[in-house]
Amino acid sequence: MNNGIALKSILNKEVQRFMRIWVQTIVPPAITISLYFIIFGSLIGSRIGKMDGFDYMSFIVPGLIMMSVITNSYSNVASSFFSAKWQRNVEEMLVAPVPNWVIVAGYVGGGMARGVLVGLIVTLVSMFFVEIKIHNLGVIIATVALTSAVFALGGLINAIFARSFDDISIIPTFVLTPLTYLGGVFYSISLLPEFWQGVSKVNPIVYMVNAFRYGFLGVSDVSITTAFIVIGVFITVLFTIAMTLISKGIGLRS
Amino acid sequence: MSTALEISGLKKIYKGGFQALKGIDLTVEKGDFFALLGPNGAGKSTTIGVITSLVNKTAGKVKVFGVDIDKNLEKAKSFLGLVPQEFNFNQFEPLLNILVNQAGYYGVDRKTALQRAEKYLKQLELWDKRHDAGRMLSGGMKRRLMIARALMHEPQVLILDEPTAGVDIEVRRTMWDFLRELNKQGVTIILTTHYLEEAEMLCRNIAIINHGEIVENTDMKSLLAQLDMESFVLDIVPTESEIELKDIVSREIDDHTLEVDLTKKGSLNTVFAQLSQQGVKVLSMRNKSNRLEALFVHLINNATEQK
Repeated sequence: MNNGIALKSILNKEVQRFMRIWVQTIVPPAITISLYFIIFGSLIGSRIGKMDGFDYMSFIVPGLIMMSVITNSYSNVASSFFSAKWQRNVEEMLVAPVPNWVIVAGYVGGGMARGVLVGLIVTLVSMFFVEIKIHNLGVIIATVALTSAVFALGGLINAIFARSFDDISIIPTFVLTPLTYLGGVFYSISLLPEFWQGVSKVNPIVYMVNAFRYGFLGVSDVSITTAFIVIGVFITVLFTIAMTLISKGIGLRS
Repeated sequence: MSTALEISGLKKIYKGGFQALKGIDLTVEKGDFFALLGPNGAGKSTTIGVITSLVNKTAGKVKVFGVDIDKNLEKAKSFLGLVPQEFNFNQFEPLLNILVNQAGYYGVDRKTALQRAEKYLKQLELWDKRHDAGRMLSGGMKRRLMIARALMHEPQVLILDEPTAGVDIEVRRTMWDFLRELNKQGVTIILTTHYLEEAEMLCRNIAIINHGEIVENTDMKSLLAQLDMESFVLDIVPTESEIELKDIVSREIDDHTLEVDLTKKGSLNTVFAQLSQQGVKVLSMRNKSNRLEALFVHLINNATEQK
């Protein structure tokens, strides 16, 4: 059994899926983020002044890119895997000799592909509004890849437990969006009172946004090493949970 | 002949306590065309679900070509191809993608997968639809697509769970020919169906399952030999006088129709001779019901009464 071909097949299927419906998957984030650039960057941002020594527009670009990566990685896997459960075509993989780690890696890879693609498009769009500076390309690539993996895993776990389409929108609406908005996308957490800075540091998205911002601007509210440790811990924990759930057949096998 | 599938003491209790399988034993030899019959809810799909790992068993052993699914599930799976009862492909995906991806899950490279997809789509008369999404197909086409999909890794055992449900008779017969040909090529076929005629025409061996227990497991000829009574329907020219057949149970359904029950030892010649003597003209004759159907109902009723 060639696991490489099986993995490639799941990845192909996932990429084909979001490319087939690109109007629903690729275009909306580009439009939404453009509106953020226009409203928060150009219109309101020009009145805010400097943030951590940078124009407000330059400051929020990395956060907005990261926001689109997070949302798209998560929603791609959540909706794709739940659709596969709902249409029962997940059984195509379950009856085949595909190891569980290949199923997890295939879906997570698909989510990462969409997250990174949308992130690239948003970066291109942002270039119309601000001059992009790169402080450390390695940190940028590592942060975007690892963060998209975290949220793709999160989307997979959500889809495994989901019993209806409502269940895959609850977490993005009530957990992901608040955490992202409070995750330092639009502000430096150093502006907050000390207590709220401490609270903010419980939010994992703070570490991802700041590591990503460091890659562009060279500034961060948290240590980059700590940020990568947090991301690494999340990947390990979520991967273990996803593997356990699929191995036990939770939500998949009766 | 080696054993393709060996099931022993298989039990399944679903959450909520429903016992779908009560310790069944079943053996299917390599190259067999095997029917697994039973009424709705008897445990057929649960059995198939356990074999193909879509259902977690509660107890028992399942071996595919000697490979225990508890010890090497992936190897056991590689022998099996499944055509499920429900349509379970991505309705929005083109046929060719569905087939090539499925082959990929079994480690078949893209070039080989494309060749096989062309072969099976042509054989199953779906080649013209290869770029269409699954949802665009008719019911019969969807069933054939699932057969093509199950064959993409060229399995040694093909399991079909009611493959001809809702399919018109012409397509059904085409599918029968296709399955017979596959079986001739050495593929072991396990079939569940509600069309008992289908099982009688295709299968050499049969197991009947009811309430999670195997109530009969034998070869088709022996099973049919158990049938000691057969009913015939005769279309006759209406007659004024009452028809009386000596030593033969008969019923006049209406002016044009006479039903006769004949034991194995009885002869149709006797029926025709008596009718001829009474001046009754027979226009045509047919079996009242499928032979297997009569036996099936008898076996299921017996098993239910014994409980």
